[in-house]
Amino acid sequence: MKDMTTDSKITLDAAVQFLWMEADILDRNDFDAWLPLWHGGHYIIPIGDDVTDFANNLNIAYDDADMRKARAARLSGGFSISAAPPARTVRTVSRFVITEEAPGAITIRSALHVVEDKFGRQRMFAANVEHKLIATENGIRITQKVVRLLNSDGMLTSISYLF
Amino acid sequence: MTLDHFPQGPQDASYAPLVKGDRVATPMYEDPAIFDVEMEKIFGKTWVWVGHESEVPDKGNFKLSVVGTQPVIISRDRKGALHVLVNRCRHRAATVCEIKKGKTSSFQCPYHGWGYALDGSLRGVPYTEGYNTDFDKKDYGLKKLKVETYQGMIFASFNMDVEPLEDFLGNAKLWIDLFMKQGGGFPVKTLGEHQFKVPMNWKIQLENTTDAYHFPVVHKSFMQSLDGEATQQFSFLEDDDGWVEDLGNGHSVMVMMPELNDLDDNLDAPIPERFEALAETLRADYDEAQVRRIVRAVGGCGFNLNLFPNAACSLSFFRILRPVSVQETEIRHIALGMDGGPEAANQMRMRLHEHFQGPMGFGSPDDAEVWERVQRGSAGAGDLDVMVNRGVGLEDTSPNGLPKGDISAETGMRAAYRKWQEMMA
Ligand code: FES
Ligand SMILES: [Fe+2]
Repeated sequence: MKDMTTDSKITLDAAVQFLWMEADILDRNDFDAWLPLWHGGHYIIPIGDDVTDFANNLNIAYDDADMRKARAARLSGGFSISAAPPARTVRTVSRFVITEEAPGAITIRSALHVVEDKFGRQRMFAANVEHKLIATENGIRITQKVVRLLNSDGMLTSISYLF
Repeated sequence: MTLDHFPQGPQDASYAPLVKGDRVATPMYEDPAIFDVEMEKIFGKTWVWVGHESEVPDKGNFKLSVVGTQPVIISRDRKGALHVLVNRCRHRAATVCEIKKGKTSSFQCPYHGWGYALDGSLRGVPYTEGYNTDFDKKDYGLKKLKVETYQGMIFASFNMDVEPLEDFLGNAKLWIDLFMKQGGGFPVKTLGEHQFKVPMNWKIQLENTTDAYHFPVVHKSFMQSLDGEATQQFSFLEDDDGWVEDLGNGHSVMVMMPELNDLDDNLDAPIPERFEALAETLRADYDEAQVRRIVRAVGGCGFNLNLFPNAACSLSFFRILRPVSVQETEIRHIALGMDGGPEAANQMRMRLHEHFQGPMGFGSPDDAEVWERVQRGSAGAGDLDVMVNRGVGLEDTSPNGLPKGDISAETGMRAAYRKWQEMMA
């Protein structure tokens, strides 16, 4: 990563390794490691499959840097009954598709499956995820992440971890 | 066992004794037989909130909803009249619509093709020659519920002899009128919703909307995410100017921030710092009086109005519950905004809603956790009662002549359970 500049090509291999690292960080609830993976932008969980104007629609999450920080603090602060202890999660990220490419940037769509365990019962979520990644001198960073949950406009269950 | 001997529920049993004034019996959260009777005697008899007019604004619009556990369709016919119809074909019971919301000129059953008009009347039957001459389409319209609206909220009832909606709402009407001032001069419209299911009995949720006592405990992490000014606003348990009022008919209001009861008041007060940027944006298009009115409306009201059995006008949104089974309840948190109002104001309303509400908000998951814990705990020591006695003996009379407890009193829960008792007798 050391030799990366802002117009370095992000290969599929480098992008996938980055997404797997992020998935591992999220399964460990290691938000101190997750926040620095970002470079501005929004973490978005929209409602409905076709929404693209996120600001003018109600979302499940629409987090800028400040909200991401507040969310991480809430989930790791020990004062939230739903996150202390949090549900444990195991996730896989796969079926990668590059949807856009430019020097120093890549947009990649993937399939996400998350199984959570709490109170001895397990719940499952599936989503199409789109990451916008850029190359920086410190390595790959996220500028936008959109998590499109199956049934996002239907009946969900409460969630106290991140996708 | 033959079908003739299929076990029946207790005939004409009265469950009224399960409510004991300042406490309720644990089987009220646990017993499936009680749930079935609730669906019949409460959700089958009274007015149930099904939707908001802005969800079906135009002729031909429809939206799926439920009354108790029964699927219904809200539709607006070609003349603009509202209908609430059971989503069940009169032939052999298939649902006639599975699209959540949309526009149509008719509903067609996918099984044998019976077609229904927006008012539920049966219009088309394929191969009618297979029916005898006494077959009359008039006898096979979709089952209709009684429908009335108040301030844009649509209520339906299976009981054709139910009292007029305005009588049922009674003392709650005044609070609904105040709640709708959140339009800031524009009509109130829905801006989308968060929906999540919780493994709990529906009455655990009914209690919660009139429970200020839990707020500083359960919502500590939400409070920590606010700036100083907003934290002040949510410290209503320390202030002593709030109250809970029993409005009759099972309804109650919990007033957390009395200074926000009437959004047309105090328009000269300084604009809070967190709304300053919004006010500045609005000044480009609106005069100062309108800016102040809109900004104050964006912040929402200062009270939760609980409407028995399934709805609440809570601070700035609708909270709607749907009983699914004795241990399962679905919650809808419907965001509200200004129809035709400024985009910046509606964006801020949605961001505030996302902050607390929904499956991943900073508030709702903690609520869902404690509600589930109540259900899990109720599995133990079923002989013990659930206490709703906070504030008993400390109540006085409100200026409207109604029983009133302090902000953390369980007055609203006792009001709801008194109505439950009356209906379940
Ligand atoms: S079940 Fe609807 S047409 Fe037969
Ligand atoms: Fe709560």
